[in-house]
Amino acid sequence: MTKLQTGYIIFAVLTALVLLLTGSIAVTIGFVFLFGTPLFFMKPLPAYSTYLNYFNKYIFLLVCTFIFVFLITPILIIMPLSFNAEPYFTFTEGMLSFDPAAYSFRWYQDIFFNGMIDPAATGAAWWSDMWNNAQWVRSTRNSFFIAICSTLLATGLGTLAALGLSRAEMPYRAAITSLLISPMIVPLVITATGMFFFYSDVGLAKTYLGVILAHTTLGIPFVIITVTATLSGFDRSLIRAAENLGADGWTTFRKVIMPLILPGMISGALFAFITSFDEVVAVLFIADVEQRTIPRQMFSGIREQISPTILAVATVMVILSIILLGVLELLRRRTERLRGLTPA
Amino acid sequence: MQDSSTTTPETLVTADGVPLKQKLIQSTRRARLRALLLTLPLVIFIIVSFMIPIGQMLLRSVHNDTASSVLPNFAVAIQDWDEQGLPPEETIKLFVLDMQDARKKREIGRTVGNLATRINYEIPGSRSLFTSSSRKLARVTEGPYTEALLDINKKWDDPVLWSSLKRATNDLTPYFYLAALDMKYDDEGNITEADELYQIYVSNFWKTLRLSATITFICLLLAFPVSYLLSTLPLKTSNLLMILVLLPFWTSLLVRTTAWIAILQTEGIINDILVFIGLVGEDGRVQMIYNQTGTIIAMVHILLPFMILPLFSVMKTIPPSYMRAASSMGAKTFTAFRRVYFPLTLPGIAAGTLLVFILAIGYYITPALVGGEDGLLISNLIAYHIQKSLNWSLGAALGTLLLAIVLILYWLYNKIVGIEKLSFG
Repeated sequence: MTKLQTGYIIFAVLTALVLLLTGSIAVTIGFVFLFGTPLFFMKPLPAYSTYLNYFNKYIFLLVCTFIFVFLITPILIIMPLSFNAEPYFTFTEGMLSFDPAAYSFRWYQDIFFNGMIDPAATGAAWWSDMWNNAQWVRSTRNSFFIAICSTLLATGLGTLAALGLSRAEMPYRAAITSLLISPMIVPLVITATGMFFFYSDVGLAKTYLGVILAHTTLGIPFVIITVTATLSGFDRSLIRAAENLGADGWTTFRKVIMPLILPGMISGALFAFITSFDEVVAVLFIADVEQRTIPRQMFSGIREQISPTILAVATVMVILSIILLGVLELLRRRTERLRGLTPA
Repeated sequence: MQDSSTTTPETLVTADGVPLKQKLIQSTRRARLRALLLTLPLVIFIIVSFMIPIGQMLLRSVHNDTASSVLPNFAVAIQDWDEQGLPPEETIKLFVLDMQDARKKREIGRTVGNLATRINYEIPGSRSLFTSSSRKLARVTEGPYTEALLDINKKWDDPVLWSSLKRATNDLTPYFYLAALDMKYDDEGNITEADELYQIYVSNFWKTLRLSATITFICLLLAFPVSYLLSTLPLKTSNLLMILVLLPFWTSLLVRTTAWIAILQTEGIINDILVFIGLVGEDGRVQMIYNQTGTIIAMVHILLPFMILPLFSVMKTIPPSYMRAASSMGAKTFTAFRRVYFPLTLPGIAAGTLLVFILAIGYYITPALVGGEDGLLISNLIAYHIQKSLNWSLGAALGTLLLAIVLILYWLYNKIVGIEKLSFG
């Protein structure tokens, strides 16, 4: 045991060093290639810097690189693994020697085939079989349906409430805000347990509506936070200007408020969407087999029959989150641009 | 002009003749009401879909009517018994009749089996007494019922059994909180520590707190340098590096947990590298997952962005000239950091630490998947009682205790950081 642990420690230190060195060099070179400019830390430090300053700076950067590697490696590593030709969760020798035979799309096919009655069928029969019976396709449909419904509900109700909360006259603001944010803070198991009992009593358990309501509740804090943040930079005199020009409340909202807070609303909606799309505890407690979502399917996949199909699904989901992240970044830029136009 | 303003000095009136002050009060009230009305739909929604379910669950932890619904008549009669010797014949007769009734009706949730389970919580091993006696009681048609019952099983002679029946038929019971705190009623009805074998909950709470604290601390340790780097870089570079933080944040929890399984398991990537390098033999693969280590690594990875984002947003507001000023006045780098920079980051540290701790303490999915036996947290025990052992009241009591801890932390967060400061990306 002690021998094993010493070996483990030595290994951990060595890997850390290797990762630090290779990682930081890779990042540096990558930057030069990608952007044509050397990374900031190649710029000279001020003239009064000592060698110790340089040394500290490099150590610090190495540590940071290591942490970035820790953050991103798990997400990137599943991508090549999902093309494994063997049913293993690790790199085979063939994969390491870049043997094309060691890579395959079989787990991506399995996303469609798993649960189908007759994967060999052709034409319309295959499509309807896939659409109705393939487990992952079913859960994808469920996930999108539940996420879209709960996002719409959460965004609508949340924006309305955020409009109220951001008014200067709002009474009991602190109390109401903490109430509306609390679904994010209360442990999911407790929320899900409470909902399980309550929804069973009122007949909402094991229905789509039950899951949608649960996910709406969980998504609301995110909408509130993002929309109030957008509204906090909102210039209220614009509303008075609109009213001054004869617009009624609804027109003011539609023509003045809405376009300005739209980026905040959309990013709140994206948060609500991803919350629902990623949520599994409430689904575990409230939903039945019929309402299985992708995370629920992954959860039982990890527990019961662990196969690289999960990695293939995971890769697709990572790509989805990259797209979401991109949209969010565009929205952030748009908000900043709009902010720039309005007088601060 | 001067004239008119001096003639009416105090009663300023609006166009319709109402004093201005009154009109102002009216219009503020209307504005307040309008703001409140906007939030009203959501408040009602949250109360119905969130507060009521949780309140109901809290109630379940002190209210359990299993025993009294199986033995409705006995439940009323036994409350008058003074716990000396056996209950009177009349009460025992009601007990026998109620038992026969329950056996005949077999209503879901109101069977002798349910009663036996309920009493079994208080007196472990008493289950079979109820189920076997129930079968034989079906043949008892006339009194004296006490003797008939004792004929069936000598164990009914025990006053401890009857006093636990008396406690169990009382719908409001602190029993489940006692159980959640590893305590029980002893034979005299006093509250004592539970048998050592059954003392699992308090230690699990401590383990949850300890693990959450460890995870929070590691997160802080890792987040601090990264946030510092991000906050000092030019905007363009930091936005780019921010992707490395935000991508994990936006990636599904299950995807990240799966990835860690692929990396850490005994047939996983790290162990393969270890074997390849020759540090460990094929049979000496290190167990890094399905234990506490796995839980800690995976949860640090999942919660790290929640620490980086608040720290980053605070550090961004600290002017770099402060550190330069400190060193120009002769402070060494470390002193300048300790006396100037670090105190300024405290709000960010408080926000991140509390947020990560709150999230860690209630975590369920990751420990359930990578925790094995030893990395399970209190949430997993709650889920076990709700879904597997079906001891709902005990699950609810554990949940209430967890909720209490979280709410105290939430209150602290509100007090120190302010909930409106929370933001993402």
